[in-house]
Amino acid sequence: MTPLAGYLLVAALLFSIGLAGALTRRNAILVLIGIELMLNAANLNLIAFWRYGPHPEALTGMMFAIFSIAVAAAEAAVGLGLVISIHRHAKTTDLDQMNRMKG
Amino acid sequence: MSLVFYIITALTVAGGLASMVLKNTVHCALALTVAFAGLALFFLNLDAQFAGFVQILVYIGAVAILVVFAILLTKGSETPKGGVFSRTWLAGLAVAAAVFAVLGWAILHTAPMLPGASHAPTATVLQIGQALIGRYVLPLEIVAVLLTAALIGAVIVAMHEKEGAK
Amino acid sequence: MIDSLDQIFVLLQHWLVNFLPASWQGAASVLINAAAIVCVFPALFAVAVWLERKGLGRMQNRLGPNRVGPYGLLQPIADGIKSLTKEDIVPLSADAAVHFLAPVLLVVTAFMGFAVLPMGRNMVLVDLDAGLLFYFAMGASTELAVFMAGWSSRNKYSLLGAMRAVAQMISYEVVLLLSSVVVVMMAGSLSLTKIVEAQNHYSWGFPHWYIFTPWGLAGFVMYAIAATAETNRSPFDLPEGESELVAGYHTEYSGFKFALFFLGEYVAMFSISGLGTTLFLGGWSAPFSFLTWVPSWIWFFSKLMLSIFVFIWMRGTLPRLRQDQLMNFAWKFVLPMCLLNLMVAAVWRFMGDGWLRWVVCSAILLVAYVGVGLTELRKKHIGPRSYRYAE
Repeated sequence: MTPLAGYLLVAALLFSIGLAGALTRRNAILVLIGIELMLNAANLNLIAFWRYGPHPEALTGMMFAIFSIAVAAAEAAVGLGLVISIHRHAKTTDLDQMNRMKG
Repeated sequence: MSLVFYIITALTVAGGLASMVLKNTVHCALALTVAFAGLALFFLNLDAQFAGFVQILVYIGAVAILVVFAILLTKGSETPKGGVFSRTWLAGLAVAAAVFAVLGWAILHTAPMLPGASHAPTATVLQIGQALIGRYVLPLEIVAVLLTAALIGAVIVAMHEKEGAK
Repeated sequence: MIDSLDQIFVLLQHWLVNFLPASWQGAASVLINAAAIVCVFPALFAVAVWLERKGLGRMQNRLGPNRVGPYGLLQPIADGIKSLTKEDIVPLSADAAVHFLAPVLLVVTAFMGFAVLPMGRNMVLVDLDAGLLFYFAMGASTELAVFMAGWSSRNKYSLLGAMRAVAQMISYEVVLLLSSVVVVMMAGSLSLTKIVEAQNHYSWGFPHWYIFTPWGLAGFVMYAIAATAETNRSPFDLPEGESELVAGYHTEYSGFKFALFFLGEYVAMFSISGLGTTLFLGGWSAPFSFLTWVPSWIWFFSKLMLSIFVFIWMRGTLPRLRQDQLMNFAWKFVLPMCLLNLMVAAVWRFMGDGWLRWVVCSAILLVAYVGVGLTELRKKHIGPRSYRYAE
């Protein structure tokens, strides 16, 4: 098994752990944590392919990963702001109780 | 596959698992920080120094603290009465296991076709800077606008409504 | 002879490493350097503790400690023995694992910053290409340790102190980064050794340190403000204000863990002063060209101790800032000045050599300082008090 396959497997494992958490946890913030874990797994994929791919001097993978980190930080900020706002309104962050569109 | 790779894998996967399984939300956030640190070590192992340091600075230094603040502001550190996993947890677990099975099969099936070990590329900060201003200037400017929009948006979404002070 | 005195520690390290077989020499040299850092800076910490207590005492018109040794010189040893032998009390409802790990994380990340500081000619532990970025990454991790300490104590005062400390550290982290970016822009590299090399030139005997330029002076002042706030020193020490919050986020720590917090705070102070001297004061370069015969590490450590003395001086002189005052100050005054400083540095670079660029850049900075100060920091009208209840 090549090193690249090893990194890709670890990234797939982290992605599925994040997905499992995002789909099974009740607290909205933990769903966001799962999403962050998935984004990180994708970044690992990008950097691994950059390192072992055909043209590492073009820096494409590294650039993509850096932009992905920036976008993920912005998304975390907005998502957590939304969770705080919903908590202020519904007094709970339990996703099982937020099953109606009406406020 | 060296020993260093296995150690970092163990650290990261343990952190990821702990962040999804633990009952106390703040412990989950701290385990997520361990996972972020493990990923930064992966990046350093892959000779992507700049990406590794940016990962520590942005994720551990900002996103983790943001998550922790959000947990504190929404009283997330109290364990809920109905348990921490939702009613449909089995379906979610099955979906995640299926996704991992498909991805794992795809990787192992194409493993002989993947490129093997190669010499380490040099990605100096000078080259990254020149790439950012040269080839990737449009994504850079768009990310700048996006970050500004996210900043203003997050502040507006989370701000108290001005219904008058009591 | 002068050259070998300058390189005496490097030669000592090579001599020690030569005893080992060739395959171990790389790891051994790094380990010896790291061990040297871990020994030297806690020793400096002891000196700084004594200096602080004596200095503060004299500034407050009293003698400092003077019983333990001649002029109280053995006081740090007495303090060390006290903190090692005190009982380590952990509250019953505290989160034991996080409570234990918080001081450890703080000290580890505080020491990691020294890995990229050039303490003399050829005396840097790791010459990273992105050295400054590594330093700031380690500084950002310190905030998480502060939060962990405050939250795990299950104490309202600790939590409040930790939240205030983290809010303050995040705000001033932005200022710290922006005021360092000016130096990176002008030196053309994130590597700290190259930044020192860029300042190591002399014209008419005077050095080309960045503090002697208008944008460098403004940057240094803002860096100093941000450094004081990052390490929670007076006048920004509301998070550990002894009169408001018991002891802030380290209320529930006693014995050795408290000593670790104390060590972590002082070591962070040393490393941020070290970075400040590297970025603005020329690192290990001598102040005048006829003084270059003095070893480079003496200059670095003298500038470091001078910065520590200024920190102690500020603590003894200035009153504490309130939380909203310090946040206002950071976001509404220092941050716009930082952004303006970036523009002024660009103007400096593109105007070419001559006296005109000094005049133009200084004029822009002074007008902005007076203008922003007059509009943002004027006395606000205090109306009747309004309350906002927590939900």
